[in-house]
Parts: sequence; structure tokens; C-alpha cells
Amino acid sequence: MMKRTVSGGFARRMLLATAAVSLLPAGASAQDELNALVWCDHTDPALVEPFEKANNVKVNLKEYEGTGAAISIIEQSRPGDWDVLVIDAVDVPRAIDMDILGEMPADKLPLNDLFPEVRMDATTTKGGKVYAVTEKFGYNTISYDKTKVDPADMEDLSVVWSDKYKGRIALYDYYLPMVGLTAVGIGKKTADLKQDDLPAIKEKLFEMKKVARQVSDVVASQTALATGEVDIVVGGGEWLTAGLSAEKPNLDWTIPKQGALRWAQSIGVFKDSEKQDLALKFVQYIVSPEGQARLATSACYWAMPANAKAGAHLTDQQKTALRWDKQPEYLKNSQLYPVADADMDAAMQDIWTETLQQ
Amino acid sequence: MAATALERTERRKAWAFALPALLWTGFFFLVPFAYMAAISFWTRQGREIVATWTLDNYVAFFGKAHFFKGLVVSLEITATVTVISILLAYPLAWIIAERVPKKWQRVALIMAILPFWTSYVVRSYSWLLVLSKGGVVNQALLWLGIVAEPLELSANRTGTVIGFVHFFVMLLTLTIYANLIQLSPNYRRAAADLGANAFQTFWFVVLPLTLPGIMVGAFLTFVLCIGDYITPQILGGNNELVLPQVIMLQLGRRADFPMAAALSLVLMVVVTLAYIACARWLKMERT
Repeated sequence: MMKRTVSGGFARRMLLATAAVSLLPAGASAQDELNALVWCDHTDPALVEPFEKANNVKVNLKEYEGTGAAISIIEQSRPGDWDVLVIDAVDVPRAIDMDILGEMPADKLPLNDLFPEVRMDATTTKGGKVYAVTEKFGYNTISYDKTKVDPADMEDLSVVWSDKYKGRIALYDYYLPMVGLTAVGIGKKTADLKQDDLPAIKEKLFEMKKVARQVSDVVASQTALATGEVDIVVGGGEWLTAGLSAEKPNLDWTIPKQGALRWAQSIGVFKDSEKQDLALKFVQYIVSPEGQARLATSACYWAMPANAKAGAHLTDQQKTALRWDKQPEYLKNSQLYPVADADMDAAMQDIWTETLQQ
Repeated sequence: MAATALERTERRKAWAFALPALLWTGFFFLVPFAYMAAISFWTRQGREIVATWTLDNYVAFFGKAHFFKGLVVSLEITATVTVISILLAYPLAWIIAERVPKKWQRVALIMAILPFWTSYVVRSYSWLLVLSKGGVVNQALLWLGIVAEPLELSANRTGTVIGFVHFFVMLLTLTIYANLIQLSPNYRRAAADLGANAFQTFWFVVLPLTLPGIMVGAFLTFVLCIGDYITPQILGGNNELVLPQVIMLQLGRRADFPMAAALSLVLMVVVTLAYIACARWLKMERT
């Protein structure tokens, strides 16, 4: 029986040969350009332009959703096409194993200025070498309209699978945080999740689905909450409502007594980048206090900066929206995304798909 | 002999003209399709895609209820949309072809296809706002006192069907209209001479003669509707998944291309069966 691993070489060559459609940004080889594969928050001109002006460089940004999409873009590209990668922190080990991230000098990064809980050395380093640095973090918890629900109810996660707010709830459509948050809700530790835990989680997910009005992505969830279609978004957090705090002060978020899930995004330099110095400079800018304040409040979504010194560059209103003062308590009462092997990952996605098909 | 040489030259010319299209189709459709078909028999082990020939992905499709349900939901929605679109598009096309003066028909058609000029995604999000609890439709119904509570018109199958029907009524109107204006008025005159009233003329003469236009439009509606995931994603509220949404789920984070390819191939088989049925029917109509 033929058995061959194809994730890197053959698949990439076939895709290149057959599709011949390059996803490369324009001018990938120009000397004064940097190519970055990023999340949408990095596409805010207010974040990137100061770096471009200061370094006389054009940063070409390619936005993606989901690590799978990023991997497929990378596999269809040539080595050296990309310089900087922004990636879900839980997927950094996957990127390191794929040998796409290069080592960054620890002494040139403000690692000691990061909130200790989000430094995540276990995932961003390997063999004592730094491959990525956490740049932003937040929570998958509960966002709500405080004029329509009793804020006291939001302090108990079990309310989202009770009938009290039936038909007024949206679930965030991403299996990883939803499975993790449900696990937290029923008293399980995300770090210890096993396949044996999934039936109990599935049962709660089904209950949640029964009382939910919809399951939606970021835009649709935010729209539903802002327009009053729903009053609660399970899986939401500061990233969903903090950016709207000025126009929609009725929208709020909290971490219930059971806790919440903490997400983080990391940034690193591609191993094959031909502009290692410039790419590192970009990473340094993003994790600097100024860059962090801009990233935390970028147009796409707001969330906490990983660098604790960014607070000096945020306004009081911004800090209030981000719950700056409550971070010690929130960090303590939140758990990381489940770090799953491929089989567990597939099983979690399966129960989420089953939930959606209920 | 001269005629044969001429024929050969003509044949070469025909091939020369067809070659770019053939190359294009071969390179951008057939080869990628063959590749996709091949990887649908591969598997994902751990984080790796492994070229080990197996039916596992197809077994999973038929074995896991949430995968198979995706196909069932897709077929149900597509059938509903196709039927409703035909029922709405036929009268519209007939009015434009038969009741609107010739000089205004072009304007009427432009008005009918005006929604096509906007982005598909933007149009779907616009429908979300129109159909929402605080949207125009519910506000109007509440104001008129027709309903006491807002209707649930979005985040469910109703929303998905409305979004699809809006799009496909326009498409079907065009194919049916194109068929209607080609009908010679002599058919109707002959029917009238033979004593048929207006309804009998329509039912026994006009409708059968316009069935090819309906079938072509219905097939296009079927193909486009069953392969779409944007409208169900935005207007359906993810309260049930169509097969294209299930396919997208395989790719999002996990990049499970073999499973996604297998599901895509299943979808393609369904579309091919629909095409064969449609083509056979049209062929039977012609003979």
C-alpha cells in the first residue's frame, strides 16, 4: 500500500503546478517591502503606517482566518515569500514543528515586560530558543447588553444553557473556544481535556444550542448584539464589545465565576525570510509599548496588549473598556485554549459540527 | 482532393481556435479536479496528509450523521428555493414579455437584474438587516398591527431561502423571458382557432413550450444554490449546516484537505446527476 507524507513537498508542488495561482502580495521581492501574513487587526493603517514611515518601508499585509488557511497559503508560496507571521498562540508549536519560524534573539524582545501569564514560553519557545512572542490576548467569555439582561445573571455561566434567556443568545462559531468554555463551565480544566470528557461537554453544547437563537461568526455576532437581535454572545469578550464602547455603552462583557477561556495571538519571523533584520524590527515595533497600544485598539477588534507597559499609551476610556484594572483577577480566573493533538482536535470539531446540526 | 485539403485546413483552424480554451480548461479545471479526486482518497494522520489510498473519508461521510445531514439540508433548501423561484419568476417573466410594451421591456429587465449589481456578500448582510427583529419587514408588520411580536425571519432556514430566492428569481426570470419572447404568436393564434381559451392556451401550449427555459434556469439555480455557503452562513444563523459549510469547516483550522475533497466530490456527483437528468430531459423534449 502506498503511504507517503505529502503535507509539504508534493502537495505544494502539485498546487503550484496545477493552480499556478500565486497568493503572493505584489512586489514580494522588492527590497523595501515586508510581507506579513496577519490577522485583521494588523491591517489598521493607524498601526502599520508609523512603522512604514519610520523605516521607509512598505508592509504588504495578507489577512487570513484560521491556521489551516495560513498553512495552505504558506505551502503554496516559495521560501522567502513571507517575512512575518501572526498566528494563534496555541498553534505556534505546530508552526515550529513545520520548521517555518526562525529563532528570534530573546535579548532584543521585551519578554520581561509581558504579563507573565501570557508569556507562554511553553508554546513560543523550543529548546530554549524563542520562535514567537505573544502580542495580544483576550477572553472567550460572555458579552451582553446590560440594559436587556440582568448583569448579575452573567456572573454564572450556567445561565447560557438555562431557559432564562432562550432565543436571545448567540454562540460564537468556533469550536475550540466553545468546547473549552463549556469545559470550564462544567468544572473541567482545559489543559487536562481528554476524549473521555467530550460526551459531557457535548451534552452541554446541545443544551446551549437549544436555547440559542443563532451561531455566528465575529461580524454576525457583533451585529446581532449591536442591533438587539440577541442580548448575549457566548464566546464573546472584549474583542467583541470593547471597540464599540464609545458608541454602544450598553454593551458589556464579564468573566463569570466559573472562569473563562484565554486566547492569545503571537508574532514571529519566517525562517526563510530574506529580510530577517527588517522583519525582527517589525516584531519589535509591534511588541513595543506604542505598537501594543495601537494594536490593542486597532479598528478590527480590541483586546489586551501583551506588553504591560502599553498601559501608559492608552486612554482611561480605552483601559476601562479593556478592563485593565481587573486583569490580575481575570488572568487568574481564565484558562488557556485546549492544546489538543490532531485526534482530539478532530473529535472536538466533530462534536461542534454535531451541535450545529442539532 | 482540393475539398479534402480545405477540410483539413478548416479542421486545423478549428483546433487552433479551440486550443487555448482546451488548455485553459485542462490546466485550470481537469488537472486540479483530478488532483482533488486523488486526495479525497488520501487521509490525514496527525498533522500530516498521507497518500495512503483509503475510502475512510467516504465512509465517514455516510457514517457520521452530521456530515450526511449536510447533504440532506442542502438538497431540501435547494429544492425549496428552486420551486419558489420558478413560481415567482414565471409570472414576472411573462408580464415583462407579454404585458410590458416592447420599448420598455429592456428597462424592465434592467430593473429586474439591478440587485445583481451589488456584491453578493453585501446583499446578504443587507437582507440580514431587513429581516432582523428590528428590520424593515418586522417594523412594518408591527406598525400595521398584523403581528404582535416580531417574526423570526432570519437566523433560520426561512432567512436562507429568502436570500436565495431573491437572487435566483432574477436568474430564472432571464432564462424564462428569453424562451417566452422566442415563441411565435402563431401558436397562440392556432390554439385560439381550435377553440382553446386563454388558460387552455397557456397550460397546453405556452407552458410546455417554455419548459426548456424553466429547466435551464432551474438547473442553474440548483447548481449555484447547492454549492453556496455564504447565504446560509449569513442568513441561516448556523442553525443547520449545508454541505458547503461542512466542507469549509474541514479547512478552517484543521486544513483537512482529504475530507474536504471527499465531501466536495460527493457534492459534485450530486450536481452531475442533476445535470444528466436535465440534459436527458431536454434531449427527450427535442426528439
